[in-house]
Amino acid sequence: MSFEIRPGAVRFVGIRKAFGDFVAIRDLNLEIEAGQLVTLLGPSGCGKTTTLRMLAGLEQPTAGRILIGGRDVTTFPANERDVSMVFQSYALFPHMTVGENVAYGLVSTGVGKKDAAARAEDALELVGLGGFAKRLPSELSGGQQQRVAVARALVLEPQVLLLDEPLSNLDARLRRQVRTEIRELQQRLGFTAVYVTHDQEEALAVSDRIVVMADGEIAQIGTPRELYEEPASAFIADFIGEANVVPCTVTTVEAGIAHFNIESLSHSAPSHRATPGKAQLAVRPNAIRIGEPGSDPGLQGRIMSAAYLGDHVEYEIETPVGRLFAIDPAVERIHPVESEVRLSLRNRGVAVIPQ
Amino acid sequence: MQRRDRRLLIAGCLALAGLFVVPWYNFYPGLLSTEWLGSFPLGADVAPAVVQLFEVGRWWLLPYVVPVILAGLAFATSDQTKRANLLIWAGAIGISWFLLEGFSIGLRGWNFSFLAAIFRDLPEGQSAKGLGGGLFALASLLLLSFGLAERGAMRGDAFIVGAIIILIALVATFVIYPIASIFIGAFQTFTGAFDSTAFVRNITDPAIWSLDCLVGPRSCGVAWRTLTLALCTAAGTTVLGLAFALVATRTRFPFKRGLRLITVLPIITPPFVIGLALILLFGRSGVITEFVADLLGLEAGRWLYGLTGIWIAQMLSFTPIAFLVLIGVVEGVSPAMEEASQTLRADRSRTFWTVSLPLMRSGIANAFLIGFIESMADFGNPLVLGASQGVLSTEIFFAVVGAQNDPARAAVLALVLLTFTLTAFFIQRAWLKGKDFTTITGKADSGIHAGLSPQMAATCYALVVPWLIFTLTVYAMIMFGGFVRTWGLDHTFTLEHFAQAFSVVVDASGIRWTGVAWDSFWTTMEIAALAAPLTAAVGLLAAYLIVRQKFWGKQVFEFALMLSFAIPGTVIGISYVLAFNLPPIELTGTAAILVICFVFRNMPVGVRGGIAAMSQLDKSLDEASLTLGARSSTTLRRVILPLLRPAIFSALVYSFVRSITSISAVIFLVSAQYNMATAYIVGLVENGEYGVAIAYSAALIVVMIGIIASFQLLVGRRRLRREDRVAQRKAGAVAATPRERTI
Repeated sequence: MSFEIRPGAVRFVGIRKAFGDFVAIRDLNLEIEAGQLVTLLGPSGCGKTTTLRMLAGLEQPTAGRILIGGRDVTTFPANERDVSMVFQSYALFPHMTVGENVAYGLVSTGVGKKDAAARAEDALELVGLGGFAKRLPSELSGGQQQRVAVARALVLEPQVLLLDEPLSNLDARLRRQVRTEIRELQQRLGFTAVYVTHDQEEALAVSDRIVVMADGEIAQIGTPRELYEEPASAFIADFIGEANVVPCTVTTVEAGIAHFNIESLSHSAPSHRATPGKAQLAVRPNAIRIGEPGSDPGLQGRIMSAAYLGDHVEYEIETPVGRLFAIDPAVERIHPVESEVRLSLRNRGVAVIPQ
Repeated sequence: MQRRDRRLLIAGCLALAGLFVVPWYNFYPGLLSTEWLGSFPLGADVAPAVVQLFEVGRWWLLPYVVPVILAGLAFATSDQTKRANLLIWAGAIGISWFLLEGFSIGLRGWNFSFLAAIFRDLPEGQSAKGLGGGLFALASLLLLSFGLAERGAMRGDAFIVGAIIILIALVATFVIYPIASIFIGAFQTFTGAFDSTAFVRNITDPAIWSLDCLVGPRSCGVAWRTLTLALCTAAGTTVLGLAFALVATRTRFPFKRGLRLITVLPIITPPFVIGLALILLFGRSGVITEFVADLLGLEAGRWLYGLTGIWIAQMLSFTPIAFLVLIGVVEGVSPAMEEASQTLRADRSRTFWTVSLPLMRSGIANAFLIGFIESMADFGNPLVLGASQGVLSTEIFFAVVGAQNDPARAAVLALVLLTFTLTAFFIQRAWLKGKDFTTITGKADSGIHAGLSPQMAATCYALVVPWLIFTLTVYAMIMFGGFVRTWGLDHTFTLEHFAQAFSVVVDASGIRWTGVAWDSFWTTMEIAALAAPLTAAVGLLAAYLIVRQKFWGKQVFEFALMLSFAIPGTVIGISYVLAFNLPPIELTGTAAILVICFVFRNMPVGVRGGIAAMSQLDKSLDEASLTLGARSSTTLRRVILPLLRPAIFSALVYSFVRSITSISAVIFLVSAQYNMATAYIVGLVENGEYGVAIAYSAALIVVMIGIIASFQLLVGRRRLRREDRVAQRKAGAVAATPRERTI
């Protein structure tokens, strides 16, 4: 059988959530297009999981409305919403077999036992676990359990699939594989997915769009490329990929290119709404080129530490604008600690942050 | 039909059945007899409410049509908000009027003279509410719950709202209302009129508060005697319990596993049995008394009867409880702390005094307070051993059943006792708040507990070994005392006591249970078997609401549930007598009052077990079930209950066994028709029939051991939290000793 998922759009309108005096979410307005995979990304305590749980119906918003597929579901209990969720702990029922777990939602919503078992088997097939229905969850590996959780959620053909840090209990190698599988499945079946994570690399890898949250508010929304290349704030720049944030002075802006100075170093980058004057610059660690002292005009620096990591060297460099973190692929020659260097910038990996 | 309409229809039918179909009032001999069908539905005592209203002229039943009409309107309306509000009004009016008329109009008309002054005299009063009234009250609560749920309470979950409201109603009826009845009872004269002089006279009675024993030969007031006894028992059991716990966990004592078995003893021992065994040992014609008298030529004394004897009996009874509490505390101290201390150059004795013991401090205080409350609440031992020197719990009993027959005095004494135990309970809660240093995490905590220093070990052995021997002697006395003709006089072996209690005749007409004990034995088993599943159900449902749901007033709810743990059984007993002897609820003399009493007395343990078990279950399991489209009742049934099976089993067994051994509350509530084993045995003791009494007790203990053992086999041995690592380190510990000396 084929899965017929009719993806639904999601809208949060003026959502506010307070736990006693603590305000977890203040005035959240967000639209998620049908069929997209949108990631809620942010440090712990930013409100991303609360947002997801309100969408699932597991928390009641203090104010505001939630619409799924154009229907206001704000007062609906969790079991009457057309969404399903993959939990961080997977939450597989340990006393039921894999097949019973996957069929549980179907049986609960009134599908006959036989029919439910057949569809559960299809769903398991979909995630590559055909023939595992008789096993208990405890007999599966972590990655397999994770896939059962996905199958259990998908078998209900929800308008929206919610994933709450689905990879955090897997080891690093498996994480990469499973996230690719989830993305493929989403693209193939075309469901809407809301994905919560605190891992920016994971977010960049799977998302159509990323919503970065901080302190209960949306810090920036964009595609992975927009967030990385045009961070709206120093926080975003540092959170999405590492970045050195240094003060600079923009001298001129012409044809979308901003020219700026950092001390004695002059450089240019795409302007992104920047205007002449004081600004901040996000410099990725691999955008710093380390040269011999006294060469071309650049930024004076002194190596404070150097760590050899196989395919690159990590440096901490003291400069007049603060301590910078740099990654240098030139492993054949390592600058010794305490040596003087002169720094310049590459063309990619430098972004002006408008004030 | 939609779900919300269907459930509304069911509640409506319940209300209509309550009003039109079944007898509204309670009557003699009860629904289970079929005689009443003869005069139904027009007989004045068995008629449904509608007949009572028109034929008998009980006009105050008329307002009950209002909730029914409102619910009908709600059913018809399509406006969701209006419907929800109508339902809330229907439920609220129904239950309010139920309470109002129930408490205002009693057997002989108006209960309060001011009402009689305002309104005309009533043609006649009313008896207690029966099946009809009960159904109608339930229906009102359901309507109220549905209304609140449809207004969005508890995320719109009618099952949860209903469960909360019904549990609150039950706790209010069977815990709070009886306690309130004591307060009222304290201010009432024998005829029921309000009278504060009786209260003042009782509360200032020198028999309660006198301090004469400090200055002269006469004895002190019963309040001070009880307090002193409780403090001594608490201190003694805590010290002994700690010594037992240390021996069981920190030494190489050879019988450690056997030692742990004695923690089961207080659960399976009816509370007065220890006192009984002490009489057989140390009473005027006791074995040891006689032996010593022969040896030294001393006159046998009555020293056992009084506070000393009660104290010894309580020490024997409650030391295992302190042991059970403290074994968890001692094991809970993280081994890493002790290892850290030792690597910081502290020897074992210094580690114990400066690290381990301070970390156990709150646990020790807890054990002390538990001992205090247990001693205060103890009824069986003082009843057997108290003689003229009673304590509060026995004084309460004699104030009602004895020649005094003074419920007001009993109520005042109950208030004094309640004040003591509640104070201890509050101190315990305040003390434990945020002070629990023991590490009970899910993390595997590696490391090895430090053994005791030789001096400490010697001290603990010196306490534990003699006490262990004493305890075993007492239990041997209980098990074999029934086989001796007359203690102290004629020590020939006999089976006559067992025969008298448990004889069975098999003849042509089948099996005839001719022994004197069978009646009360079977009643006990039946009532315990009825109470156990109810206790488990109510306890686990309450635990589910406490752990998994957030609602307004939850802390008060939880507190009220736990409170009944601190209410002595005697107080419960007297409060049930005061509360359920007259309309609106009349239960005395029935089996129901015994079952209800057990359910609400044993429930705190079920709640705590349920809370502990449920806290171990990941909350996302429930949430997963909900997001998969299951209702919360389905979630509870299909996900939570199957995973809680061990907790359910232990709640069942515990409440079953506790119902068998309970005496303090029960002795007020038994009747000729429904007599319980413990009450029957106490009667035997009072008649001096020690042989049969001890034989019956031994049989009960064997039955309970059988039940617990088969349960253990069924569920499998519960795994202890941390393995006993001291024993495994035998070789290492020996090797470590000399090195320690050199440091």
